[in-house]
Amino acid sequence: MSKIMKPIRQTGIIGYGAYIPKYRLPASEISNLWRDGQDENFLPIKQKSVPGPDEDTITMSIEAAQNALKRAGTDPQEIRAVWVGSESHPYAVKPSGTVVSQILGIVPDTVSGDFEFACKAGTEAMQAATAFVGSGMGDYALAIGMDTAQGKPGDALEYTAAAGGAAFIMGPAEEAVAVLEGSYSYVTDTPDFFRRAHQKYPEHGNRFTGDLAYFHHIYNAVTTLMEELNLKPSDFAQAVFHQPNVKFPRKKAKDLNFTDLQIKEGLLVDFIGNTYAGASVLGFTAALDKAEPGDRLLLASFGSGAGSDAFSFIVTDRIKKVRSKAPDTQYYVRREEKIDYARYARWRKKIVMH
Amino acid sequence: MDIPRYWRLRNQRYRLEGTECTECGEKSFPPRCVCAKCKSDSLQPFRFSGKGTIYSFSTIYQALDTFDKDIPYSIALVKLEEGPLITTQLADISPDEIKIKLPVEMVIRKIYEDGEHGPIQYGYKFRPVLNK
Repeated sequence: MSKIMKPIRQTGIIGYGAYIPKYRLPASEISNLWRDGQDENFLPIKQKSVPGPDEDTITMSIEAAQNALKRAGTDPQEIRAVWVGSESHPYAVKPSGTVVSQILGIVPDTVSGDFEFACKAGTEAMQAATAFVGSGMGDYALAIGMDTAQGKPGDALEYTAAAGGAAFIMGPAEEAVAVLEGSYSYVTDTPDFFRRAHQKYPEHGNRFTGDLAYFHHIYNAVTTLMEELNLKPSDFAQAVFHQPNVKFPRKKAKDLNFTDLQIKEGLLVDFIGNTYAGASVLGFTAALDKAEPGDRLLLASFGSGAGSDAFSFIVTDRIKKVRSKAPDTQYYVRREEKIDYARYARWRKKIVMH
Repeated sequence: MDIPRYWRLRNQRYRLEGTECTECGEKSFPPRCVCAKCKSDSLQPFRFSGKGTIYSFSTIYQALDTFDKDIPYSIALVKLEEGPLITTQLADISPDEIKIKLPVEMVIRKIYEDGEHGPIQYGYKFRPVLNK
């Protein structure tokens, strides 16, 4: 049995767009408040992005999708599917996708819904959008990975839980900036991280987080993808892994025999934090921003629960024509205004009054 | 309960849709039934570009209950490229950065949440043009 997933109709990314809110909370702010600065030499990242008080997964999805539309040049009315992957949908019941579709002018001839698979909800939406276009059900589909991640005050996750993400318009290969060579998904039931219904903050299954979850699933997804496509790490110009902190993707790259240079463009976590469903896809937009025609790019997400989606894309000549039509991802990384913990606590509703 | 009102006005709030007079070309926001310039009732929907400049502004420190948790926030009269002057909240800018004639662009933001159980209302705000 062939494990590789490849649609009957050749499919690729027609347009891509990033969005990161402008506010940043330095990790030292969290360290000073909760640990008296004692862990200042071991901080997982330098700072994380924080959404403004009027931003959420829906508003940020719209910004990223608008950038994707600018690059795609597609009439929004031709998009036949809108899927938003996130673990911070503003509503428990009412799709983020319908608001996004209405505002972008995609309604009413579309399917729309929300995906949830922790940090890989965005790539899950990409898989579905690829299948939708690849089967001929529609010519264009919009897949978004976006989050305003929640971290419990004082918890280790608070250092990194950040906001941002990316949008991709999948379409026929002839119009693509990057054509899908193949993808593979690896999923098991693993209790590494979860948030129960009606709970505000997630919990982590401690020892399950590293080896049994992140490293195991990405390793299997990427090695199977490479075996099935008969590829080796040196065939890829850049590789982007899910990035919950700086250490994990670096270690994963080393385990899989990718060099530091191969993960350089997409490794954003030190400057913006872990944007959960947005993390790997946002890194992938940064890699696309620097890619040359003919480059092969690897994208490997990880979602707790747990699973990993691995994709191999070949960049086309069209990338040079469309890249400058929207702000590049590094622009959003550099656009920053630092805030203190007090403002962060107020904006993120950490202070609860009964 | 603002659900019917927001639903009715969603293209206005989400997409900055106003009207254009087919007789004299006058553009209006919010949409009108009769042209304010030539009094024609022949109007068609018109989507504004969302680009403009700040005409005047103020910062709110004493707000309605709905916006009480947002203070201080700034509002402005924005002169749209196509002519109309509209009232809007500003986003991603602190009060000391706001200047008359500052170029701004429309973004979609949360306007307010109707308590813990009600709908979340989205609509246009304006922010400084991204300097990419």
